[in-house]
Parts: sequence; C-alpha cells; structure tokens
Amino acid sequence: MFPDFLRLLLFLNLTTYLSFGQQNYKQQLPGTEKSIAMLFIPGGTFTMGSAPTEKGHFADEGPQHQVIIDPFWMAEFETTWDLYTLFMERTIDKYQINSSLANEVDLEVDAISGATTPYTDMSFGMGTDGYPAICMTQLAAIKFCEWLSAMTGNFYRLPTEAEWEYACRAGTSSAYSFGETSENLSEYAWFKDNSDDTYQKVGLKKPNQWGLFDMHGNVSEWTLDAYEIKAYRIRKKNNNDNPYIVPTKIYPRVVRGGSWMDRASRLRSATRRGSSKKWKQRDPQIPKSLWWHTDAPFVGFRIVRPAKPPKIEIQKKYWNYSTN
Amino acid sequence: MKKQSNSRRNFIKTTTLATGAVITAPLQMNFMAPGLGNKKLKLALVGCGGRGSGATVQALTADPDVELVAMADAFHDRIEKSLKGIQEHFGEDKKIDVKEKNRFDGFDAYKKAIDLADVVILTTPPGFRPYHFEYAITNDKHVFMEKPVATDPVGVRKVLEMAKIAKAKKLNVVVGLQRHYQSKYIDLKKRIDNGVIGQIRSGQVYWNDAGVWVKKRKAGQSELEYQMRNWYYFNWLCGDHILEQHIHNIDVANWFIGDYPLSAQGMGGRQVRNGKDHGEIFDHHFVEFTYANGAVISSQCRHIPGTMSRVDEVFQGTKGSITLGNGVIKDLEGNHQFSYPIKWGEDPNPYQVEHDKLFSSIRSGGVISDTENGAKSTLSAILGRMATYTGKKITFEEALNSQLHLMPESLTWDSTPPSIPDSNGNYSIPTPGKTKFI
Repeated sequence: MFPDFLRLLLFLNLTTYLSFGQQNYKQQLPGTEKSIAMLFIPGGTFTMGSAPTEKGHFADEGPQHQVIIDPFWMAEFETTWDLYTLFMERTIDKYQINSSLANEVDLEVDAISGATTPYTDMSFGMGTDGYPAICMTQLAAIKFCEWLSAMTGNFYRLPTEAEWEYACRAGTSSAYSFGETSENLSEYAWFKDNSDDTYQKVGLKKPNQWGLFDMHGNVSEWTLDAYEIKAYRIRKKNNNDNPYIVPTKIYPRVVRGGSWMDRASRLRSATRRGSSKKWKQRDPQIPKSLWWHTDAPFVGFRIVRPAKPPKIEIQKKYWNYSTN
Repeated sequence: MKKQSNSRRNFIKTTTLATGAVITAPLQMNFMAPGLGNKKLKLALVGCGGRGSGATVQALTADPDVELVAMADAFHDRIEKSLKGIQEHFGEDKKIDVKEKNRFDGFDAYKKAIDLADVVILTTPPGFRPYHFEYAITNDKHVFMEKPVATDPVGVRKVLEMAKIAKAKKLNVVVGLQRHYQSKYIDLKKRIDNGVIGQIRSGQVYWNDAGVWVKKRKAGQSELEYQMRNWYYFNWLCGDHILEQHIHNIDVANWFIGDYPLSAQGMGGRQVRNGKDHGEIFDHHFVEFTYANGAVISSQCRHIPGTMSRVDEVFQGTKGSITLGNGVIKDLEGNHQFSYPIKWGEDPNPYQVEHDKLFSSIRSGGVISDTENGAKSTLSAILGRMATYTGKKITFEEALNSQLHLMPESLTWDSTPPSIPDSNGNYSIPTPGKTKFI
C-alpha cells in the first residue's frame, strides 16, 4: 500500500486544494473494521475523448467535446476482494445503519439481491486480500453499490463514463494523466509489460493529481454507460451536461482504464471498451450466471457518490439493470 | 446413531450382492453403432440442472441436425426451468421444444428419456451416473456424461465394466473432464511428453475456494427430497467436494504423470462449514498421492470463505517445473522457459469442444472412449476421500475392490435416503481413526 504518511500528506494537500469545503472521508462498513477512502472530486468542465493525432487513438474516442461534470466523491482505490466478499457473503447485513442516521437513501438491505456463489475461484489464484475484485458482471457491480447504499445510508453508484474520464484525467488533456507518452507508465500503472501476467494489489503505483490510484491499468473499471461506438458523434461541441447513455441491452457496456493484460495504448484516459457476451464464454451453466464473467479477469470497478444525491425516486435508475 | 449405521451396513451388504450379480452377467454384444452420417440425431437430457442445460446448449450448437426430444429429472420444476433457459439461449435462432409427454420426472424418468434418443447427456448428481450410464450403453446410446462418474467403488466398477461394452459397441463417450479438451492443457501436456521438464517427481494440485451453494430445508419436504435438492452435502449423491470438484485437478495429475496413484494418505475435516445445512461432507482435505514411479502429488481442496483461493496444478520434474494455471514452464534454476499465450475469451471454449468432438465422431463413425479414465480418476478422488475419512493409508487396489456402496440401486419417493439425521438434525460425520475402511 501507499505509505500512510504520504497518504496523509496527500489528504492534507487535497483538502487545502479543495478549499471550498467538501472533504474527503472514509466510508466505514458497518459491523467490520473495513472502510473505503472516498476522495472529493470537484465539479468542472473538461474535454472528453481524444484527437485523431493522439497515438493509439480509436475512432470511438472522437470527436472531442466539452463536458460539464457535477462534483462527486470517488473511491481512492478499485474495489478489493476484501470489500466485495462482504457483499458476496452478506453476513454483515444485520448491521445496516438506521436510515435516520444517514438519510440519502431509503432502502431495506434484505430486499437487495445478492451475487450467487461461483462454482470456481473467480480470483484465479491471483490473490484476494488487498487485490481488486474481478470477473463481476456490471449487474453485480451495480448491486454492490445498491447494497453499500442500503448498508450506509449514503447514495453510491458506478461512475458514468464521463465522470470516469474526468476523474482519470484529473485536469490533464494528455494521453495519460502523467503525460503524452507511455514512457513513464510503469510508475503509474500495472499493464502487460510489468504486471507479470496477474493483477496487483491496489495502490502500489503513483496516484494521479487528484489522488486516485490505478485509474490507468490494474483492472478495467465498469461504468454505468451503454457502449456506443458513435456515442460522441451525436453530442454537442460544448456544454454536454453530465452525459450518460442509459443501457437498454446487456451488451455492450463500457469499461475504462485498461488492465494488467493490456498494452500501454489501451490504458489511455480516452480508451473505451465495450463488454461482450464472450466474457461469459466458459460459464458452463445455462442460464449463464447473471453475476459472473468467467472470462473477464481484467474487469473490476470503483464506486462514486454524487455530492448532491438524486431524489430517492430517481435513485433506482442507477441500480436498475435493464436487459431489453 | 448406532441403529442408523447398523441399518446402513446391512443395506450395503445386501446391495453389494445384487451388484455382483449384475457385473458378472454375460455381455450382450449384438449391437454395433452404425456411422450416423447425416441422420437427424435425437438428444435426451437426463439431469436438468444448470450444467445439464449448458451441455444441452453445447450439443445443440455442435451439430446443426440435433433435436432435443426428451428431458428427465427427479423434479418437474427443474425440467421446466431448464427448458426455458435453453429456449432463451437460442431465442429466434433455433426453435427448441420438447413435447409435454416427453418431459419425465421421478427416479425412473431417465429410462423413458434415454429410450427416445440417439445421444444422451447424463448430468444428474454423480451418485446416479453408473446406473444411468449402464442403461444408456445397454440401449446403444452415445453419451456425454459429467464428472465424477460415481460416488462409490461399486459404481466405479460398474462404469468400468460398461466402458468395455461401450468400446465393443463403438459407442462414443465423452466425460466432462474438460481440461482434456482445453487448448492450454493439450499444448502443455505435449510439451511435458516431449520432456521439457523431464520426469514429473512431485506436484501440488488445488481446488481451494469459498465453497458452493447451499439449499435450505423447506417446510413439507421429505428427507429424501431435501437431500436431492441440497445434494452437494450428501455423499451418496455428491461424494464430497474432493470428488465432485477436485477430481479435475487430481485427474490432471494422473494425466500428466501418465498413471493412476498407487496409494493415498491424508487428513481432513469440517471446521467452518459444519452446520445442519451442510450434510455430512468435509470442508477441507489434504491428500498425498504416491505413484508407482515414486512421484508424490499433494492434493488440497478447501471450501472455506476468507482463505487463500487457488484452483491449479503444479508439477516439478527432473529438468524443470510447470504451473498449469498461468501456463508457465521454468527450468531447475527458476528461469522462465515458456508461457502458454492465454487468450481470455478467445481460446476455444472447452465445454463446447467436448460436444464438437463428440458429434463429429458420431457422424464419422469414430469412437471416443473417455470412460475408463473418467472412472479411474473418479476412483482416485474416492481413494483420497477414503484416506481423509479413515486417516489410513489406502491403496488404489484396495479402493477398487472396496465394498463401499453409498448409492441405492433403486429409489422411489418413499425410500429412506442412506444418510439420515439424528433427532437434533445432525448427520453422522466421518471421523479419522474411527471411520472404518469398507
């Protein structure tokens, strides 16, 4: 892990930087010693996508367009097995925080469906404690957020694709958040050239300017959006207000950031990838699991919490999994 | 408790005699499978769980002219759920329908379904397999069956006997030890056979994870129905996880060494998963398998949440070592020699390859005979279970000739299952040093 004193410095630095008041915090998981460090991401405007001149640019990354993002908190790290297992096992549900204490949401934890136990080890022997959880479907990642919301009273969800890229760039417009070329990528990311064919513990590399670790590499991260190759072509040049493509089909949906299996150019801030039916190819059961992608050991997720939570009646749409 | 074990012993005695009679019956050899050319192939599914439904989809995908004509399961609701899943998988691409009258439930349903088919999929809990397989081969059907192929040595012997008959009749039998159909394993096995790590002297095989599903007892269920629903936790149906899952890894050790173990000794127990919902199986086993050439394989399987997860096989040879999981071969100094290029989601799906090969062999008049290895790897895992349950060293030969007979040969919904709980709802748990080798 990142040394504590450095993290403290970073925290102090950030809180100074974010002088307008919103603070980082730690979300405790009731009934455990575990917590999730949430970093405040100030709202702002950024250029989404990449220019055709960027090395590794794909057609789906253009045209570039200006996007407005509202402030939110984002988890400092990718969700680890330590946390994800709590959701799989559901043995801490009885410690749900009374909704009068934290009242962003109105949910009964026992009404939230839980992931089925996989038949085989979904970490593929790559490690669990401190390592990112993988192979979950987007549904499972969404339900983790709903469950965490019910447990804590705070509204959590996956980031939109736009929020994800905004957070990854952390104010930069270069191919990577640390520069235009992949020359220094190994200082910031786990990818094909340095991962030793496995994912690595979260938080071992340098964070980006906003303190987020492993945005480039380690595991690709689920977002809320449907993947549309031409998504950016129908956007306005400016003032796209918190864009988000609500999925209507299971596939493809967007993962971001690239992974331990990818070559450098797939880790760029603008790189997009759509999920695929193939990610369940080796699931030997019918119906195939709603909860596990047997062939996607490169996919994980991290959570966000909007600074201004949506109204309770709207919240459901972020936890729904439309499949038509 | 004492009374139960007595009645169980009596039960074993009587049924063993009956089984002996079946095994020595003269072989009926008046059938030879014809090449099935372009004929439409009729398929029956026996055992309509998730795996059976998956295997059916693969069979229907492997060959364009296969029709699912019959389904059988102990439970009607499983048949309906399975059919729905298969239909939804194909959607508009392929119309799947099984006539109401060809959906059979109950303990003898398998016969009615098998009668209607050319090819059968046997995917019930493994305890039933020997008896279903016997019926399929006796009636000249090609077979895909899931591993393991029995839960006791009586069943293993029956399957071995039927293996010979299937071969003589030129019937194709694929056993769901799918690593044999997986590109990575096939490629690496060739390299081992070519001597890249020399002779295998030792190895470690693992199936350690958090465990599998548990089905809660429901009001109104008979003991038999409860056990059939929660079958993973009852030995007559499942054979313990060292057999039901870990067979894959033990089988890889057998395959790569090119032999079956001579003997086994080990330890195990149930320390964490030990509630009333968890029947009679252990939550961990550690077994040392010794082979005729002196190679020793350490086998570990564990179903305990929050512990190290690993499903893998590793071997050390006289010239180097290999890890099957990541496909890496190293020399004796630990220098990297080779990595199998794993392409997630792109390598052929071994579960599909099993059926592609099965149907193409049926069409061309070939013979795939996975049965004998399936039976012997099943026995290897049973041998491991016998070693951990008794705490004794047991030889393969002893296991092969064991009179242990967990699976009743015939059942009705009125039958009493072989394991019954005491007045507190607890089942009798095997105890090393006390549990006898039978």
